[in-house]
Amino acid sequence: MTDLTRLSAADLAAKLASREVSSVEATQAHLDRIAAVDGDVHAFLHVSEHALQAAADIDRRRAAGEELGPVAGVPLAIKDVLVTTDMPSTSGSRILEGYMSPYDATVVARSRAAGLVPLGKTNMDEFAMGSSTEHSAYGPTHNPWDLDRIPGGSGGGSAAAVAAFEAPLALGSDTGGSIRQPAHVTGTVGIKPTYGGVSRYGAIALASSLDQVGPVTRSVLDGGLLHDVIAGHDPHDSTSLDEAWPSFAAAAREGARGEVLKGLKVGVITELPDSGFQPGVSASFRASLDAMAAQGAEIVEISAPHFEYGVAAYYLILPAEASSNLAKFDSVRFGMRVNVPGGTVEDVMAATRDAGFGDEVKRRIILGTYALSAGYYDAYYGSAQKVRTLIQRDFTEAFEKVDVIATPTAPTTAFRLGEKIDDPLQMYLNDVTTIPANLAGVPGISIPSGLSADDGLPVGIQFLAPVREDARLYRVGAALEALLEDSWGGPLLDRAPKLGEVR
Amino acid sequence: MRHLGVLARIRLDDAEVERLTGQLDAIVDNIAKVSEVATPDVPATSHPVPLENVYRADVVGTPLTVAEVLQNAPDAADDRFRVTAILGEEQ
Amino acid sequence: MAKDKLMDFDAALELFEPVLGFEVHVELNTKTKMFSSAPNPADPANHTAGPNTLVRPVDMGLPGSLPVVNEQAVRYSISLGLALGCSIAPWSRFARKNYFYPDLGKNYQISQYDEPIAFEGEVQIELSDGTIIDVPIERAHMEEDAGKLTHMGGSTGRIQGAEYSLVDYNRAGVPLVEIVTKPILGAEHRAPEIAKAYVSTIRDIVRSLGISEARMERGNLRCDANVSIRPRGQEKLGTRTETKNVNSMRSVERAVRYEIQRQAAILAAGGTITQETRHWHEDTGMTSPGRPKSDADDYRYFPEPDLLPVVPAPALIEQLRAELPEPPVARRRRLKGEWGFTDLEFQDVANGGILAEVEATIAAGASPASARKWWTGEIARVANAEGREASDLVSPADVAALQLLVEAGTLTDKLARQVLEGVIAGEGTPQQVVDARGLAVVSDDGALIAAIDEALAAQPDVLAKIQDGKVQAAGAVIGAVMKAMKGQADAARVRELILERAAQ
Ligand SMILES: [Mg+2]
Ligand SMILES: [Zn+2]
Repeated sequence: MTDLTRLSAADLAAKLASREVSSVEATQAHLDRIAAVDGDVHAFLHVSEHALQAAADIDRRRAAGEELGPVAGVPLAIKDVLVTTDMPSTSGSRILEGYMSPYDATVVARSRAAGLVPLGKTNMDEFAMGSSTEHSAYGPTHNPWDLDRIPGGSGGGSAAAVAAFEAPLALGSDTGGSIRQPAHVTGTVGIKPTYGGVSRYGAIALASSLDQVGPVTRSVLDGGLLHDVIAGHDPHDSTSLDEAWPSFAAAAREGARGEVLKGLKVGVITELPDSGFQPGVSASFRASLDAMAAQGAEIVEISAPHFEYGVAAYYLILPAEASSNLAKFDSVRFGMRVNVPGGTVEDVMAATRDAGFGDEVKRRIILGTYALSAGYYDAYYGSAQKVRTLIQRDFTEAFEKVDVIATPTAPTTAFRLGEKIDDPLQMYLNDVTTIPANLAGVPGISIPSGLSADDGLPVGIQFLAPVREDARLYRVGAALEALLEDSWGGPLLDRAPKLGEVR
Repeated sequence: MRHLGVLARIRLDDAEVERLTGQLDAIVDNIAKVSEVATPDVPATSHPVPLENVYRADVVGTPLTVAEVLQNAPDAADDRFRVTAILGEEQ
Repeated sequence: MAKDKLMDFDAALELFEPVLGFEVHVELNTKTKMFSSAPNPADPANHTAGPNTLVRPVDMGLPGSLPVVNEQAVRYSISLGLALGCSIAPWSRFARKNYFYPDLGKNYQISQYDEPIAFEGEVQIELSDGTIIDVPIERAHMEEDAGKLTHMGGSTGRIQGAEYSLVDYNRAGVPLVEIVTKPILGAEHRAPEIAKAYVSTIRDIVRSLGISEARMERGNLRCDANVSIRPRGQEKLGTRTETKNVNSMRSVERAVRYEIQRQAAILAAGGTITQETRHWHEDTGMTSPGRPKSDADDYRYFPEPDLLPVVPAPALIEQLRAELPEPPVARRRRLKGEWGFTDLEFQDVANGGILAEVEATIAAGASPASARKWWTGEIARVANAEGREASDLVSPADVAALQLLVEAGTLTDKLARQVLEGVIAGEGTPQQVVDARGLAVVSDDGALIAAIDEALAAQPDVLAKIQDGKVQAAGAVIGAVMKAMKGQADAARVRELILERAAQ
């Protein structure tokens, strides 16, 4: 029998629908895989005790002839930033150890309703602050391509889980690149939807005006299948868009036929310096552009003069919003409490937050508190919000000339664990290509573009589209994916080292 | 810096105060950078995709049960959350 | 608590000019909360809810929870803004006010900051002598209430000395409108009365709009009184204090008077006023210092990213404006004419804050004179004695029913007062109390005649006097008969019957 964990979600779904495979078998295969490799990868913080039961339920309903959705019975990994009623939700923080939510995040509820089988909760940088998963309070996740390297972050757990074939689908969240950058360093696919395209209800907030939940998968089509499940208006989230979204899976299938590349105008940003980008990353990026051009795409230089201000604006907005969003962790209603003998509740709160938050979280809370405190709001947060306007204008102008914008997803391939943990500024620079999408609300996708010639590690290419044009990313992404997989003779992940055999 | 620690309710020890003080410069650098282009004529964008008047009808939903409310409480009594004294001594 | 030195009020006014300001919080009586679908404890339907039974995730700041604005609360806020004579902002939004406190589930309050929904208004208030004063309104903004803390242990049940506190989040997220006045100058010796008249006018407005129960003792209406004084002739405003926890109209008046006297004593002795919040103590009639204004008051406001701008359609504003009830001062003038009360009679009603009650009692069938008599008489007496609001004791419908029983001869005035006592005690409607307590007048002449004959027989000399034409002597017999009937007789009828029997 085929190894069920190597199937794409689309192929697995087809086998489930035809009853060639049961959901219990598929779920068991993934649980076995987790048991075999997650000791090395550490993608999961919690593995569900209810997965097989949920799978059996799907099998029973299918056997009873119930009409089930296209992905019913497929296992799903869930980033720990999303609250779940049947598993703890910690957001990678000690302060929420063991926290049980009385309600499911909307994306989780929709996933369950679609028959997806939650396998467990994936590791992440604490409260999604970081680009390496090294800031998890529960230890780092390891990149399946090289266990000594970071899997990206903050959603390194979700990316590593799909890259290591522990799950075919995963949910992530992207505030400044936390879905796309891990996809880049793990050879997987990650999509940040249009802001408001997917509900944030039940996603433990980092920066409310930047956060967006999205799919983490091994193929563009799988991303579309999961996106179809989680998209759509949610009355619990005021910022949720009331849109009738097209099927993203259909867009991916259409794109895979390749015609979309004919005459497609692909923008390349003049101002993105080649310096600072690892040569192997730049080379892979240019090779992808060449492949697209060979199919009739037109590569157009565009100017986005304000993108370079994005990182500065981001690091004013994010800590400000985060400092407020994380105030609720105060030892009163839930989470850790550190008692202070003879102390007041103020002392208890301060001691709890000191012990319960990691250094990176404390740093950003303090910086955010500073950026909002007396009289600085206009100069700091307010000015940063103006940069958002300027970046939006850059996008608007660019999309008058091109259909999509392409960038390398991140400047470098996966660095070594511990290599940059004490260099926050360097880590910040990692986000330069991904941040503008969050500031402007536009959707972005990262798909594998190949391996870097310098170190043999995966590289991703990012496409950005106008707000509400997520489907365009699936068409273009699937087209390039088909082209590249043709040239590689199979998915990039086929070339990843076999886990358990590396060491 | 100590004042920020009080505002953010985080107890900072001397080493943390020193380390974080140095990092406030990063914020100051960001401000300088942003100020280059954040001129008065540029409107601020607080929501990336503009919406307005998003409301809920005044219709009662199901409240959490008391058990759900107190499910994660570090300490509780009489169906309420229990916290230690709020102000130490009489002022 | 150390006793404050107070200066005589008139002496204080000779030296200093008081300046007032008010922040009044009104709890809206919507079905659900400001930002969640949890039932609203300020809706009378939910008064008896147990702790933490009216809570949705966002009310207690659960991870992942998000607020969604209650449309009805926005409409109510616009109506209130219009009733305060304010302009309605064509564009306003919510902001986060960040501070840590255990009653605040998210450790920020969603409020409005520099972009309130209503601004720049004016409210007319009427003083007891008929003077009308315009109180300038700076703004009215929407926000959410906090939960409720109960301080346990220690001797007083107050925050000071408590060992621990219990938190109930039912009230967290109740929709509030905060109404902020501009500084009120020129109040002079009428400052305490202005304070009371202002708060009662706000109460009348929100009640006539039907947007709040506005019961101070329940916290539906809460007043923070800002008081400062400045030496006569000084331009610069003095340092102000903000007195909180003022839970009745009477207390608003007393607290303002107290602060003027206290501040005057300090300044006259060469001291300085500390800018601070002060707490009003109903029992002692004093204020005590709360938290001084400090660094911790850096609220780090910023626009609430989870919510979107409020942009009311001009047509909606005009519709709500057209639906506004009559302003309180105009209403008072109209009612005074309709009811035919003298100035003094009307002031009695108006100052008692029972206009709406009297109006409703008349609407329920009582005459204006009798409605006034009940509300300013026996009901006011009980309210005063128990330190409660008259409107809380009994409903206008019950008062009208009581009066109709008197007019039908079922009850004497004295019996009616006993019935009222039963109604106030929660024994039911007047008729139910009459039935249960067996309080109706004995209208059976046979029983009365028997009692009269017995009394006359016992006092033969009185009978002789009456028969002699000394009719006033009947009084002694009336007393005896009423006593025998346990008061449940109509004295006038008894007198008639005595004269009849004596004549036989
Ligand atoms: Mg206030
Ligand atoms: Zn307020």
